[in-house]
Amino acid sequence: MSTFIDALQFIVDRRELLLDKTWEHLLLSGAAIGLALVLAVPLGVVLGHLHRGSFVAINLANVGRALPSLAVIAIGLGFLGFGFTNVLVALVVLAVPPILTNAYVAVDEVEPEAVEAARGMGMTPWQILRRVELPLALPLLFAGIRTAAVYVVASATLAAIAGGGGLGEILFNQASYRVEGLVGAAIVVSALAFAADLLFGGIQRLLTPRGLRTTVPAFEPDVVPAGTAVVR
Amino acid sequence: MNEGPVIPDFGQAASCVAENRLFCPDWVRDNWGAVFQPALIEHVKLTVIAVAVGFVIAFAAALVAHRYGAAERPFAIFSAIVYTIPGIALFQLLVPFTGLSVLTVEVALVGYTLLILFRNVLEGLRAAPPEVLEAARGMGLTRRQTLLRVELPLALPAIVAGLRVATVSTIALATIAAFVIPEGLGQPIFSALRNYFKTEIITAGVLAILLAVTADLLLVLAQRLLTPWASARRLAT
Repeated sequence: MSTFIDALQFIVDRRELLLDKTWEHLLLSGAAIGLALVLAVPLGVVLGHLHRGSFVAINLANVGRALPSLAVIAIGLGFLGFGFTNVLVALVVLAVPPILTNAYVAVDEVEPEAVEAARGMGMTPWQILRRVELPLALPLLFAGIRTAAVYVVASATLAAIAGGGGLGEILFNQASYRVEGLVGAAIVVSALAFAADLLFGGIQRLLTPRGLRTTVPAFEPDVVPAGTAVVR
Repeated sequence: MNEGPVIPDFGQAASCVAENRLFCPDWVRDNWGAVFQPALIEHVKLTVIAVAVGFVIAFAAALVAHRYGAAERPFAIFSAIVYTIPGIALFQLLVPFTGLSVLTVEVALVGYTLLILFRNVLEGLRAAPPEVLEAARGMGLTRRQTLLRVELPLALPAIVAGLRVATVSTIALATIAAFVIPEGLGQPIFSALRNYFKTEIITAGVLAILLAVTADLLLVLAQRLLTPWASARRLAT
């Protein structure tokens, strides 16, 4: 218990250091999640809309989920050397599979009746995608994004071994920051993962049309198993 | 970290190693038996023990939660809290209690498997449709018989799915464990980081990925073999 209090003390005393490292951490995670979103969401949504490429979309996720983050960062290190870019690339590689697969499955599994009805109403494919498929796909799509976001924020701690900065620099340096620093930084990382999940949960709520709005599930770290239960 | 590569002294180093080129196959072949093979075996051992122990605990907890619903929340919350602790932090935090030992690593690895396994087993057990349970009761099956003959077989796909995720994530976390004890495929990664020896870093990274992908494929196969009805249904629809 006293360790915990010391850790809180560390957070208060060393807030400038922590703010600095948190900023680096957020910059890195944010860039990685942003890039992964730009790459994976359109591709997954379009493939799901066309009901094409299930083999690639689903197997990519299985392989992607199997990628140990340290191994990916290590390989990136071999090719790209130390620094921000290597870690960014590695984190994007880790974030793309859950987002892509969930986007694909979410759109692919929209009830055919709903799509049929929309087509019967004379909607163009683009209108069907925008007004029927996407709104119905949102929960699953966001489950993937939230999984990826939590995963990226947690994995970004490993950036420190590759010169990518962030809160991992404290976690990997117990010699300097002692146990209280370790626990303090761990608390901050957990809080960031929690916040990332809340953030995307909030965006999900905003994007969901009022008629479809039920309660968006609050943070339960089961986002990871839930996202994976989709692709058995 | 170092300014530029510091080349380790391997006797008469081949030019490939001396220049620290991206990948030196000769070096990997020469050091396979001394570095990579033991690390790979250790890694498999760490993973198998952690998943097995984690499964026993999570399975028992899920059975209890399935019977007594009130038991679900405490275990779910406990395992969720463990799950949010960053790996590097948990490994180091356990050292004062269990020392620089394999036990330290295993305790943490087991802890990380609990959430996934518990949720999947419990969801699997609850997946039996009410009609099926009704029919089981109509046939005069006892509660235990219903569990063994109806609910557990129906839960298998979810259980194996949980085992897949748990195994793969344990393989990933076990690489980080090498920061605390020099075992597993993380060990060559961390030791090669010190002098930025690319061949060793890349080889260990690739091996860890291959191990995870192989384990995932094996578990898919196991799932297909254990639940033939699931693939029959897939073909039927």
